[in-house]
Amino acid sequence: MISLNDLPVGKKATITAISGGYGLIRKLDILGIRPGKEITKISSQWMKGPVIIRWGNTDIAIGYGMAHKIMVEVK
Amino acid sequence: MKILLTGNPNVGKSVIFNRLTGVDIISSNYPGTTIDYTKGYFNLEGERVELIDVPGTYSLEPSCKAEEIAVQMLQEGDVFINIIDATNLERSLNFTLQLIKQKKPMVIALNLFDESKHIGISIDVEKLEQILGIPCIPTCALTGEGIKKLVMKIKDARISDIVFNNSQRWTEIGKIIDEVQEIKHKHHSFAEKLRDASVKPMTGIPILISVLFLTFILIRLIGESLIRFVFEPFFERVWSPVMIKLSGFLIQSEFFHDLLIGDLVNGNIDYGSSFGLLTTGLFVPVGAVLPYVFAFYTVLAVLEDLGYLPRVAVMVDNIMHKMGLHGLAIIPMLLGLGCNVPGALSIRILETRKERFIAATLMSIAVPCMALQAMLFGLLGQYGIKGLSVVFGTLMLVWLILGLLLKRIIKGTSPEMFVEIPPYRIPYFKGVIKKVWMRLKWFIKEAVPFVLLGVLIANVLYTLGVMQFISRVTGPFFNCILGLPEEAAGSLVMGFLRKDLALGMLIPLNMTLKQLVVASVVLSMYFPCVATFSILLKELGILDMLKSATIMVLSALITGGLLNLILTVILN
Repeated sequence: MISLNDLPVGKKATITAISGGYGLIRKLDILGIRPGKEITKISSQWMKGPVIIRWGNTDIAIGYGMAHKIMVEVK
Repeated sequence: MKILLTGNPNVGKSVIFNRLTGVDIISSNYPGTTIDYTKGYFNLEGERVELIDVPGTYSLEPSCKAEEIAVQMLQEGDVFINIIDATNLERSLNFTLQLIKQKKPMVIALNLFDESKHIGISIDVEKLEQILGIPCIPTCALTGEGIKKLVMKIKDARISDIVFNNSQRWTEIGKIIDEVQEIKHKHHSFAEKLRDASVKPMTGIPILISVLFLTFILIRLIGESLIRFVFEPFFERVWSPVMIKLSGFLIQSEFFHDLLIGDLVNGNIDYGSSFGLLTTGLFVPVGAVLPYVFAFYTVLAVLEDLGYLPRVAVMVDNIMHKMGLHGLAIIPMLLGLGCNVPGALSIRILETRKERFIAATLMSIAVPCMALQAMLFGLLGQYGIKGLSVVFGTLMLVWLILGLLLKRIIKGTSPEMFVEIPPYRIPYFKGVIKKVWMRLKWFIKEAVPFVLLGVLIANVLYTLGVMQFISRVTGPFFNCILGLPEEAAGSLVMGFLRKDLALGMLIPLNMTLKQLVVASVVLSMYFPCVATFSILLKELGILDMLKSATIMVLSALITGGLLNLILTVILN
């Protein structure tokens, strides 16, 4: 299990856990980011910029700190 | 009857609203454009019905301002039209199921249906209708396909009888998706490759720099061509003769001559320094500024509708973080480059008080609007790149340094970026034209009266000797720390009303390049124009606005003083 920041760009992975409070879990859930969901990492930025992931036809930019709390497992 | 248009952000709600009512509202390819709701009316089988465009949200459990407004508004509706993004059925249904819990009659518009087919998604509309028990109509808001049918189906709106446990929503959605949606994999199209390339640093940063460079070139090209081939010939050949004639008429009445025409220079109109209502007062907003405003908003509207701006936000996110903001705060800055008023309005897309305060202050101080820029080019352009680069360089530096400071000083939190990045879409030509036209109308309505008022006030103040008095009293102070002639104080007074006009008042003073540079920087920074001020006052509240204004005046004086000192040393 690694964090979204450690997932290599272009790789598919399944979200396994969100290690944050209720607020964060809820915020992510609204856009469909939840344990069990399969996502692809599209890009990351230099110097701890946001990560972009894709699920379905939706691209979502997630700040570095937030992405650190999203745990994934590579298939 | 009250009909509510509801759905996720950026699914084409505003375009459908336009289609149904014909009322102008601005839609953009980034989330959160409609925070204030919009109301319109249309005819439904002889009955006048009210249509309300509810701000787009992802959820009905309110966690931010837009969601609170949305939830409140839902109570008042008789019928919901739920706009679904057919290319994002799973995510959209999450909202639909929450909406169903409100137990109101609904119809669903599956918008972007053509695009969903295009990317290999096929949706069984009839089956979806069966499962949900609500009429579903495929639409394409941009071409207008399906809109008529949508209107006809409003009378068939139903309360869904689907039963599910709210905490099991995603499981329920999963079941529905399995039954109605099929995805065929297609090869990556050019648009998709571009979509990925523009957010990866190796390719994204060069793309960003090229886009910004191209934007700058295009704005200058369009603006300058308009001035050279349309506006200058008009003012020189058509307007000047009329004004000379009028001047002949008014020769009897000195007061009206001074007010409307102003001073003649060698028997001719000089639009820079005549300073009459119908000469300088008309030329500054229309002849000098309007062409650039038009150019700016045209280019920006294309970038907006293309969906490029959220990508800019991603690319600049880490720089913005150093200033207590996140990437999306680049949007008020970009809009502010056109006119600070829409820039000030858009600070609402930021969540916390700290972010809004920093963004508003930075924009007011260091983001020159197009009107100001056009006058800067006019004033300093004759000296080549020298003066302009110092002015713009200083503003950028101030923006950065002040941002770094404010992040540390201002209390509060700066949340992280969390935003949907919409796919690229070909801009809808009519939409772009409409948007540019609306913003121009806005500019003409806001700017022209203020400039005319400014010229009027300036004339009255000069005639009464008030301006001379202010110059005498405050002039020595400005002369001492900024090295400006005493008369420049009048321009600083006028700057409260309009910045472009204030810069125009510097033209007849015959200042040195150093003085022009210092005056330009101070005028850009020290206070927002009255239109921006009134918006910021509403957005920030009196107390924060007072704090922000103090920062503005202080940083303008400090920067101007330092610049004067440095330039004096360098030039000697």
